[in-house]
This record gives sequence, C-alpha cells and structure tokens, in this order.
Amino acid sequence: MTATPALDVEGLSVEFRTRSGIVRALDNVSFAVDKGETIALVGESGSGKSVTAYAVMGILDPAGKVTAGRAMLGGLDLLSAKPSQLADVRGREIAMIFQNPRTALNPIRTVGRQIADVLIRHGNVPRRDAPAQAVEMLRAVGITDPARRANVYPFEMSGGMCQRVMIAIALAAKPLLLIADEPTTGLDVTTQAVIMDLVNDLAKEMGMATIFITHDLALAGQRSSRIVVMHAGHVVENAPTKELFEHPRHPYTAELIAATPDAAASLDELASIPGSLPDLRRTDLPPCRYSERCPRKVESCARPLPHAGADTAHIVACWNPLS
Amino acid sequence: MTNLLEVADVSKLYPVGGGPGPIARFKRRFSGGPEKLPKVHAVDDVSFVIEKGETVGLVGESGCGKSTLVRALTRLIDVSDGSIKLDARELSLKPSRVFARDRDRARIQMVFQDAGDSVNPRFTAFDAIADPLRRLRKLRGNALTWQVETVARQCGLPLQLLSRFPHQLSGGQRARVGIARAIAVGPDLLVLDEPTAALDVSVQVVILQLLQRLKTEIGMSYLFVSHDLSVVRLLCDRVLVMYLGKIVESGPAKEVFENPLHPYTQALVAAVPRLHEDGIERLRLDGEPRSPIDPDPNVCRFYGRCPRGTDSCQTTMPMLRHFGPHQVACHFAEEFLPKPKTTT
Repeated sequence: MTATPALDVEGLSVEFRTRSGIVRALDNVSFAVDKGETIALVGESGSGKSVTAYAVMGILDPAGKVTAGRAMLGGLDLLSAKPSQLADVRGREIAMIFQNPRTALNPIRTVGRQIADVLIRHGNVPRRDAPAQAVEMLRAVGITDPARRANVYPFEMSGGMCQRVMIAIALAAKPLLLIADEPTTGLDVTTQAVIMDLVNDLAKEMGMATIFITHDLALAGQRSSRIVVMHAGHVVENAPTKELFEHPRHPYTAELIAATPDAAASLDELASIPGSLPDLRRTDLPPCRYSERCPRKVESCARPLPHAGADTAHIVACWNPLS
Repeated sequence: MTNLLEVADVSKLYPVGGGPGPIARFKRRFSGGPEKLPKVHAVDDVSFVIEKGETVGLVGESGCGKSTLVRALTRLIDVSDGSIKLDARELSLKPSRVFARDRDRARIQMVFQDAGDSVNPRFTAFDAIADPLRRLRKLRGNALTWQVETVARQCGLPLQLLSRFPHQLSGGQRARVGIARAIAVGPDLLVLDEPTAALDVSVQVVILQLLQRLKTEIGMSYLFVSHDLSVVRLLCDRVLVMYLGKIVESGPAKEVFENPLHPYTQALVAAVPRLHEDGIERLRLDGEPRSPIDPDPNVCRFYGRCPRGTDSCQTTMPMLRHFGPHQVACHFAEEFLPKPKTTT
C-alpha cells in the first residue's frame, strides 16, 4: 500500500429529509482508494452506492445532507470544501461517468464542443486548440472517424458511442480519480466488455484511481482489485477481490455471491436472500442493518458494529462472520 | 414432442423517411421522390419452432430485432411476410386488431420487461390481473375474484397486496403481478421479455425460480427474451441467437454456450463477466453493426465486425446449416466444430 491514498473516505454519513421522515442513507461509510487502483462499490439498489459517489463529488440532492465524515483528496477535505474549491476540483481532479449517457450529455451541444468545454475550463488548453484536442480525445476513446463525429449531437449516436463520449469528457483533464457509476447498465454485454476494457486501459495509462459502482458482482470481480460491499448504507465488507470471492466473511456477501446466476449449475442451486432492505426512515434501526435478514444472528448483534482497524486488508463489519 | 408454435420465414419491414400514409405517398409521387421508401429490415426471414413444454431463449444485442419478433409472434403487430402457426392454425393472416378478440388470443400471453411501466398505474393489482380474465374469459363476480386470487397465490403474491396500485409495490411484487396477469387466462405459450432486467440479483433468483415452478405446474412453453446469458443458460432448453434481424445460431442451450459456432455468439459468450475469471484473452467485438436499412442480401450481416470475415462473406450470405441439433449461419462453422474423438 502506498503512503497516501488518492481518496480516503472516513465515517461518511448522509441523511435525506423527506416528507415522511429522515432517511439515514449512509452511516459511517469508510473506504480508501490508492493511486492507480480500481475498487468496486457493490450492492443492491438502495444500498447507498450512488449516494456515496454523489456525496464525494458534492452533487447531492438539496434534500441530502452530509452529517459526519471526511473525504480527503490529497490535502483537501471534499466534504467541508467551499463550492468554489469543489468546482475547481471536479473535472480536474475527480471526474465522474454517469449511469445514463444520454441524459448526462447536453442534448443541444455537439459532443466535440462538450469535450472542448472541459479542456478549456479544466485542462489549461487555449480556446483555439480545444476543438482539435477534443477530436484527439474522441480518437483515444476509440470512436471511428472522430473529426466528423465531433460535430454530431448526442441523439445521433448509439448508447455505446455516447458512453465513450462521456468517458472522453471525464478523462479530458486527466483527473486523479475517476468515479464510474454503473457505466455500462443498459448497454449490451459485447459493448459493456469493450467500454470496460477502455476504462481499464485508460486508467492504467494515466495512473488514475477508479471507483467503479455496480450491482453486478461478476463484472466487479472482473474489473477491480478490491471490492467494497454495501448494504443499506453500511459498508459490510471490504476485501481484495480474489479473497472476497474465495472467502467471503460477511453473511450478506456470501448470499450475494450465491445469488449470482453465473456461479450456479442449475436454478435450484441459486440461493435467494430472504427479506428486503430495512426501511431507512426507521428511528429504531438496529446497529447492524442486516441483522433482521441474517441467518447467523447472535446476541452481540445488538451492540454497535465492530470496525476492524484500517490497517487490515480484509475489513468485515460483523460480530459473527464466516471463517 | 409436438410443435406448439411454428414460425416460418417471418419478416417485418418498416419503411423509413417520409411517412407511410397516403398523403405522404401522394407528395412523394409528385415531388419526384422515390416511389418506394427504403425499409428497415427489423426481422428478416426468421424460422423456428417451439415445442410443447419447451423453454426457448432468444438472445441478441439491442436493435437486433428481438422485440419486433416477439411482438409479431404475440400478434401485437402484423408481419410483412411469413407464417405463424399455433397448433397448425395460421395466425398471421388476421390483422392484429382482429386477433385481439380471437379465441386463440388467450393462448399466447406476454410478460413485459418492467411491470412498473407495463401495468396501468390506475389499476390495482387485482384489476390488472382481472383485466384479461374479464376480456378473454368473460368472468364476472365471484368466479373472477376466485380466479384472480388463485393466480395471485400461485405467483406468491400475498392477497392483501391485491388492492394496491403498482407504485405501492416493490420491484419483485410488480414482477409477480406481471406474471400473474399473463398466466391468469391459462396460456400455452408465455413470452417473457427480459422479466428480470430491472431486478436486483436477490429478487431475480426468486422470480426465476417462480417461473421454473409455474412452468411445470401449468405446463406452458416459454419464449424467454434476455440479454443476460447466464440467466438464459440456467432457464432455457434451447437458444436462438439473433443478429440484425436474422437468426445466426440456434441449438441446445448447453451446447451453444459451451461450444458456440458463430463468431458473434463466441463474442457474446466471451463478453459475459464471470465470478471466477480465468484470465484468458477474450474475443472483443468492436464497432457498430451494419445498417439494417435495405441491407445487401448477399453480404453476411456480421461482415465488418466479424474477426473471421473474408471476401466470400461479402458475396454470399451464409445460410443456416445443420450440425446435429445445432444450427449456424456462418461459412466457417466447421472450424469451430469439436474435433471427432480419436482413439489413442
């Protein structure tokens, strides 16, 4: 492990004020990503993967509020930084690829112009050279005939091409950290493989740290060196990919792996996870938010969650983990 | 086994540009434009059968014509050409509007992708399931209630949820409503269009197991449309692989996934992420598919994207050829056939 990670999130808690009560979306979320490393945030929908990313980027919904925690990027705490500071950091040091490229791109600007905008604002590129460099970026993300494609609008491109443009925009200013929020949902498996190759290759080339958010455990396993499993706003397990698959320690992780269709030889072999996510508006949430679904529940589950020291490589938030 | 559904040479073409109406045609004629509009070949000359009690998977990328084919089979749209026979009765001749009141309407039912979008938001779960029973079985009163509750129970939907509206149900419960609605009228063929695409893995498992159970209980045949190959592998007996409106490969699911003969299927199988990665260099498909607008009938649809493509692929369209139960439309399929066992 290197001395200073690219991003170090510690004790992040986020609440949303809604009409029906306060939703405790994240509670004490901690993880770190090293320079040049790719980690994956994995969990079911509603587990808080995207909220984590949005909180770090400072683009939470106005109803959401960070109630505790730090997110250190170099010497800067992103969670307490001023909006003007954040605006400089976003795009230049952290970039994000969003889930749906069609809605994330500006529909009334050509894609070349959108890339040029980032280059001018964050990449110290003179206005005159920006269009030419935008074409170069399009070439780098594998778009054929980039000079012509730079002048088209997002609706004229396929989903895979739009996602490539998103990647070009995200990487235009050579950020230190890339957050990819389900970059391939809605794309075909063949396109997914190509896009993920592209992200991996470019990240390696630029020595960029990547946080890859997905609900597809198999895809996460293929693309990251470490996996952070989330459940109902908690990090339940954080381990190197290979070890997580071979020796999952949190019961939830084990169930997730058993529910993934790829591993099974027949349908009967697939295990389902009983119960559903707890209602995060409840005021009587147990310390372990999985305990009500958990087959390995013990008495000590009523105590605050154990948090293994940050120096161990395999962190599990459970009183009765699998050995 | 007997064939339940026979699809022969079905095509569906859509004209593009200009609009199809009589006024548009009139304008074209007098403005010197082309009399005939270019056409998108959404489904091009597709033939296959579904046997009684069989589960057939249909896979392919978006835009390959899966949904058009499925809509044609379920008679939601009319085909341009070809025949669709259910138990030897020709269905394709009746316009889809007429077929909506046909006696065979109840025999082919469909489960749509996201029940949250496909169930009328103003219908309670009860009404959603009761609707086809009212229309097709003419059930009323107690008989209707009894039938709806029976189906709901069969699909594992708690009866107290029947009075709820779709937005008050979870994703898994909505999926159950979609399935209950489709099986309520006792179909022989159930067409499932990515029924689990919007669900989390944990819920997906439960729904897949439900479908498996219902199939044996009711004795339906399934046509399962999906792009998730690992799900198709588990659920289906046979698979059809589609590319740009044509079936390029078909055969027993296990065989197709273990030993794909068409380069497209090979790329598709290779692209599926696996939990336990073996680190083998994978085949990658880059680029975009060819245009489906008036494609050259003599060029293989996969040409240009195919890693194996040669000149002959540009001059002759490969036909589906049989290799035992396995069919493939590629000139070079022999290269990938498993070597005959030699005694050593």
